Amino acid sequence: MPKIIARTGDDAVAEAMRQINPDVVAAYPITPQTEIVQFFSDFVANGKVKTELLCPESEHSAMSACIGASAAGGRVMTATSSQGLAYMWELVYIAASYRLPIVMPVVNRALSGPINIHCDHSDSMGARDSGWVQIFSENIQEAYDNTIQAVRIAEHANLLLPVIVTLDGFIISHAMEQFEILDDDTVQKFVGEYKPEYSLLDAKHPITYGPLQLFDYYMEQKKQQHEVIKSASSVVLQIASEFEKISKRKYELFEEYRMDDADIGIVVLGSASGTAKTVADKLREQGLRAGVLKIRLFRPFPAAELANSLSHLKALAVLDRSDTFGGLGGPVFEEVCASLYNYQFPDGHKIPAVNYIYGLGGRDVTLDHIEKVYRDLEGISRTGKINNLIQYLGVRE
Amino acid sequence: MQDLVEIRWHGRGGQGAVTAAKIFAEAALAEGKYIQAFPEYGPERMGAPIKAFDRLSNKPLSLHSQVYYPNVVVVIDPTLIQTANITEGLADDGLLIINSPKNPSEIRSELNLKSGKVYTVDATKISLEVLGRFMPNTPMLGALVKATGLVSVEKVLEEIRGKFAGKLKEELIQGNLNAVKRAFDEVKGE
Repeated sequence: MPKIIARTGDDAVAEAMRQINPDVVAAYPITPQTEIVQFFSDFVANGKVKTELLCPESEHSAMSACIGASAAGGRVMTATSSQGLAYMWELVYIAASYRLPIVMPVVNRALSGPINIHCDHSDSMGARDSGWVQIFSENIQEAYDNTIQAVRIAEHANLLLPVIVTLDGFIISHAMEQFEILDDDTVQKFVGEYKPEYSLLDAKHPITYGPLQLFDYYMEQKKQQHEVIKSASSVVLQIASEFEKISKRKYELFEEYRMDDADIGIVVLGSASGTAKTVADKLREQGLRAGVLKIRLFRPFPAAELANSLSHLKALAVLDRSDTFGGLGGPVFEEVCASLYNYQFPDGHKIPAVNYIYGLGGRDVTLDHIEKVYRDLEGISRTGKINNLIQYLGVRE
Repeated sequence: MQDLVEIRWHGRGGQGAVTAAKIFAEAALAEGKYIQAFPEYGPERMGAPIKAFDRLSNKPLSLHSQVYYPNVVVVIDPTLIQTANITEGLADDGLLIINSPKNPSEIRSELNLKSGKVYTVDATKISLEVLGRFMPNTPMLGALVKATGLVSVEKVLEEIRGKFAGKLKEELIQGNLNAVKRAFDEVKGE
């Protein structure tokens, strides 16, 4: 029977890893690592899993070890955060281009400098174009559920791609909430045994990883990466529907919260989605038709589906927990704008869209901040006029 | 219980404020509430002033901001009464629960507090007598349970036993349970 228990986000993800029981976990065991690997190493030491745990000298080497183990045909996981992910950067791209189904929970935390340890999406946004599937989690339940689903998504025969599952640093990783943990058996049956299609150790079917490809073939390979990750949306939905059968919890590409009849909407990802829902509920009581669209699948970006879901709004705001420094607002804003630009509105109209950069380096996002966004949107929906395209929420001027 | 109750704990690093906040939340969960328990996110240093928070609700909690307007404030370390702005954001009908040998009325006049309810219990003395050392978090749990009635004292005792079984010596577990019970009996409010 599934049980309701209280755990921190790190603890819950470590429990998911215990139930998945991967063949190899390689991780660098010093900050900016998180407690995920620390808790998991207890399971290894106590014989609760059969995993081989490697603790190399850096994140760069940790991902290298993951690549080797995965290419050899193992089910492989790691976890990281912040500078750790940044330090993996070269290998993160290589893992995706080798089509290795590695699963990596990322606790979203800010990048230096200045030195900061708190929540921010800059770290995984830095890996946004690396070819990994990226799934964002709002709370502890989602972080747990997404970690389990990620294994099946990554290893899907049509996909074979690495997957990042995110959870917000400290706000989710170090906070305790209740969540429903599935039975070990149920999870083990769901993830099943990993039967790798390709393995470096399979001497009868020799394969090559990491050859030199210059102007002759490199571009064809990159086009193939684009094609394959585009197909991830349908895999994500298929695995979500299988997961619903064992958990009774429904997952999609994004969650529409009170969006059906909304006039104004906020697009957001991560834990701030929950805070936005709380504000939408309150404003609904006051007669304001407010909605929230929470993005779950950020890579591949569900552009057409998302634009369709937003198409009836009178005004919309995108909340970004990272910046692009010199781009047009935050990375999510850019994606949403591009999606809307290419959407065929029947009457050719345009939805006014604005961007708020919020929560950098752990700056708290409060109910008042979100309410201000909705109030701004209400004004824009009435007048059609945008005074500030990009604003910083809760910043001291 | 009202739909949402928010609790702020003031303590110093190493005094168990975060642990107490978690135990309280787990007891509330066992009694059917939706819960969150989290520290004020910062580098944790022994002896530095820290805060921890609980959220309890009858409905699923989606809010993930920090707590600004607590219904209840628990002060584990008496030296923080004058230094930590413990009444900040506290609701007019809020409860202030303080580790102090003083009467609630003395604290009330020291803080110039006109509204709400003030509770005091000498958690330091209880801790020293029962545990033989300064661990005021568990007695403050007892005081919180009595003052708020949000969860039963039995459930809190059960959670403490469950949390520390196999980790602390039996006599230390028993001491913590006794500390909760004594503070539950001795806390005074007005």
